[in-house]
Amino acid sequence: MFAKKSKLLTGILAGVLALSLVGCGANPSTPAGQEKAEPVNLTGSGSSFVYPLFNQQIEEYRKSNPHITINYQSTGSGAGIKQVSEQTIDFGATDGPMTEDQQTAAKGGKILHIPLTLGAVAISYNLPNGPKELKIGPAVLADIFLGKITTWNDQRIATENPGVTLPDTKITVAHRSDGSGTTYIFSDYLTAVNPEWSSKVGKGTSLNWPAGIGGKGNAGVAGAITQTPGSIGYLELAYAIQNNLSYATLQNKEGKWVAPSLQSTSAAAAAATIPDDMRVSIVNAPGADAYPIAGFAWALVYQDQKDKAKGTALINFLNWAVTDGQNLSEKLHYAKLPASLVSRVETMLKSVTSQGQPLMK
Amino acid sequence: MSKKTKLTASIGDQTLRLLTLLMAISVLVLMFWMGWQMFQSAGPSIDKFGFGFITGRVWDPVKEQFGALPFIYGTLMTSLLALLIATPIGLGVAIFLNEMAVTKVRMVVAFLVEMLAAIPSVVYGLWGIFILAPWLRETIQPALAKWFGFLPLFQGTPLGFGMLAGGLILAIMILPTIAAISGEVMAAVPNEQREAALALGATKWEMIRIAVLPYAKSGILGGIMLGLGRALGETMAVTMLIGNRPDILPSLFAPAYSMAAVIANEFTEATYDLYLSALVEIGLILFGITLILNVFARLLVWSVARGPKGGIS
Amino acid sequence: MNDRLRKYRNTMMMGIFIVATLIALIPLFGVLGYVVINGISALDLDFFMNLPKAMGVSGGGMANAIVGTLIMVLIASLIGMPVGILAAIYLTEYDRTSWLSIAVRFATDVLTGIPSIIVGIVIYTAVVLRMGHFSALAGGLALSIIMIPLIIRSTEEMLKLVSQSIREAGYALGISKRIIILRIILPTAAKGIITGAMLAVARVSGETAPLLFTALGNQYWARSLNEPIAALPVQIYQYATSPYAEWHQLAWAGSLVLILMVVILNLIARFAFRSRSN
Repeated sequence: MFAKKSKLLTGILAGVLALSLVGCGANPSTPAGQEKAEPVNLTGSGSSFVYPLFNQQIEEYRKSNPHITINYQSTGSGAGIKQVSEQTIDFGATDGPMTEDQQTAAKGGKILHIPLTLGAVAISYNLPNGPKELKIGPAVLADIFLGKITTWNDQRIATENPGVTLPDTKITVAHRSDGSGTTYIFSDYLTAVNPEWSSKVGKGTSLNWPAGIGGKGNAGVAGAITQTPGSIGYLELAYAIQNNLSYATLQNKEGKWVAPSLQSTSAAAAAATIPDDMRVSIVNAPGADAYPIAGFAWALVYQDQKDKAKGTALINFLNWAVTDGQNLSEKLHYAKLPASLVSRVETMLKSVTSQGQPLMK
Repeated sequence: MSKKTKLTASIGDQTLRLLTLLMAISVLVLMFWMGWQMFQSAGPSIDKFGFGFITGRVWDPVKEQFGALPFIYGTLMTSLLALLIATPIGLGVAIFLNEMAVTKVRMVVAFLVEMLAAIPSVVYGLWGIFILAPWLRETIQPALAKWFGFLPLFQGTPLGFGMLAGGLILAIMILPTIAAISGEVMAAVPNEQREAALALGATKWEMIRIAVLPYAKSGILGGIMLGLGRALGETMAVTMLIGNRPDILPSLFAPAYSMAAVIANEFTEATYDLYLSALVEIGLILFGITLILNVFARLLVWSVARGPKGGIS
Repeated sequence: MNDRLRKYRNTMMMGIFIVATLIALIPLFGVLGYVVINGISALDLDFFMNLPKAMGVSGGGMANAIVGTLIMVLIASLIGMPVGILAAIYLTEYDRTSWLSIAVRFATDVLTGIPSIIVGIVIYTAVVLRMGHFSALAGGLALSIIMIPLIIRSTEEMLKLVSQSIREAGYALGISKRIIILRIILPTAAKGIITGAMLAVARVSGETAPLLFTALGNQYWARSLNEPIAALPVQIYQYATSPYAEWHQLAWAGSLVLILMVVILNLIARFAFRSRSN
């Protein structure tokens, strides 16, 4: 009696264990749906900058294509690059282009950079009872972030803002603590305009910051700025607007003072020469209206798709995102892709194949 | 019992024994496997920087230069600060619960203190950002600077975020650990000890001081070390409050960085192997520290279990 | 030393201990109060029934994140509880003193102390990279590694509490060891073991760090355990770091739900424990 029951119990325990072990060892491949109506699940991750827009585009696209489910997680641009290289996701998204080394390291062959949207990096500051408008030139900006200009009433800031009373508050620099595409665009700009920054700090998604405090994510920086009087930091324009932060007017390549806006961002993209692989830096772009700290966000897609059904769904969605999907941009403070670029992107999407067959005609 | 049932019984006995043995060994294997996995991933960084990794002060992903000292410093400073705050309070709670409170109060308060340990780290982080940091910046830090500003510890701009905030949130999080383990060892002190002290005319406090605390001393120390272990590895809340700046500054107001925080912040962004490997090596160091701390804490708690040291004998 | 001074000192010290206890409870009420005030207004039926909606669309919920957390905690329990309980049985019933059990106890302590983010890294390299995708299984596995040492510890404590005389009585009757363990000792300690298990469940349901690189997250329902899946703590973290006030609101509501889950588990565990000791 006892023996039987306990055997049963042991059996159950063993069974549960065996199940759980089999469960984690098993690696069933997802069956590829060939029919168009078959549900397709896509997983992507990367840039937190495109997340709000992408999220909305996905929801909108699903209304007309209910069988396509796209799961996009904002893990950060670096994670997007890493995971697409390791093929743990179906596509990535980044706001700093992949380097040559990273492209060779990708396990699934050639990766295409599909421009998704455009973003501007705003220089936000917190000066209680301070000026509504503040002008900061490239040299002054670099020296603030290098920790060389430490108070707001510094002579050099005053010279650029005649007639403005500046407090003697200490400057607290706020920057991203996590690696990010925003940091990449910002440091790309400072590297382009300031030799000292270029040699001391350089550009990258994570930096060795000479000064300041770090906040995690755009929101972390926005929080640090809101909560620290006398602070200055960089963040995506959308976050600055959403958090009602004041942002500085910068001096562009032509010497003009330009505030960040969707128009001045688009102007930067329109003025830049964009190569065929779309990997381009548009910081310090020429053009009188161009805002100097702007950049693209790209989707990262393998040119040769392993799974035909997934590949087709992905390419169709991206094609929609760069055309009709762009209409969602401005409401969320993203700049539209220039029309001239969209047709080139479509050509690029047509070059994506699976088993030698193009996925989009 | 017939022969047959005896045989099945012994097979059953053997099966259960083997099964439990297997599971026990699997825990050991799990520890070594995790250590090995990390050691392997940390390989490139260990090869490249050697011992200099621990003493290196520069963390520069752009120039591929990695040193862990600022993170070790930030981790130790915040954890020590947390211990400094949490130990007296935790001990006070333990004494209150064990020696003073009536059963009903004890049940309620002990449960509340346990809840303190149960609140998820990410929630502490949120609360820290919106409540603790602004309060520190506007009230506590200016006051500290006013009264103790001559000390380098309390100089600099009050930011809210920084080592002070990190240390405080850690103090809250490890307090239950210290209170629980100290309480446990105090409960293990034989009642005769207490009665003897009281019989000699001691007041309650004298009884605690003479008969309870010396007896529980090393166990309490063990509890503090386990608290320290928790503080060292705490991730989310510290990440959200410490200011995240890899620098070694003397002031508690200054932003710093912890080992767990740098992993949380940069792991997903480590786009080349050496970078990733440097982050994993930081994890490995943390793993090593946890290991050593546990050895000590274990030894201390065991020494209490073995017999009294001090007290009335 | 005169008596009045001693009495005065005694009163003062007792006062200090009471104050210390009150100070310890301030942050608890501070955190709970803030979460309740901020969270309650966003907590409605939609929150529990709906999927997250895109920015600016009202009525979004966290149904999938709640279910995702439950699924992964279930996976973790299915692995962690048998392993933990069986290992604890070995440590108390078969071998209390050999070098092996000392080593296993030590490993248990080390695993308890390991920062959870490290578990995430290890599972990412060992499971996610090998399987080629993020999944609920990987997330559950990571949580189970955090759970195992907790279960071993609490189970071992409870088994040790079972009186030695019960074991001896069993042997004297000639009952086999297996039956003594499964039919006498385990049932005797059952309530305590369940209490420990529930506390372990409460603990892992709030874990964020190990899920970031294993479960990844999902704004829809996961249709199999091999897909990325949403989790409540991860979703809270993502919403909290977004720029939109509406999402912050959801993050607070999510925190409230998470804390309620944890508190309820703790309360039930406490209650079970109390009824045992009475």
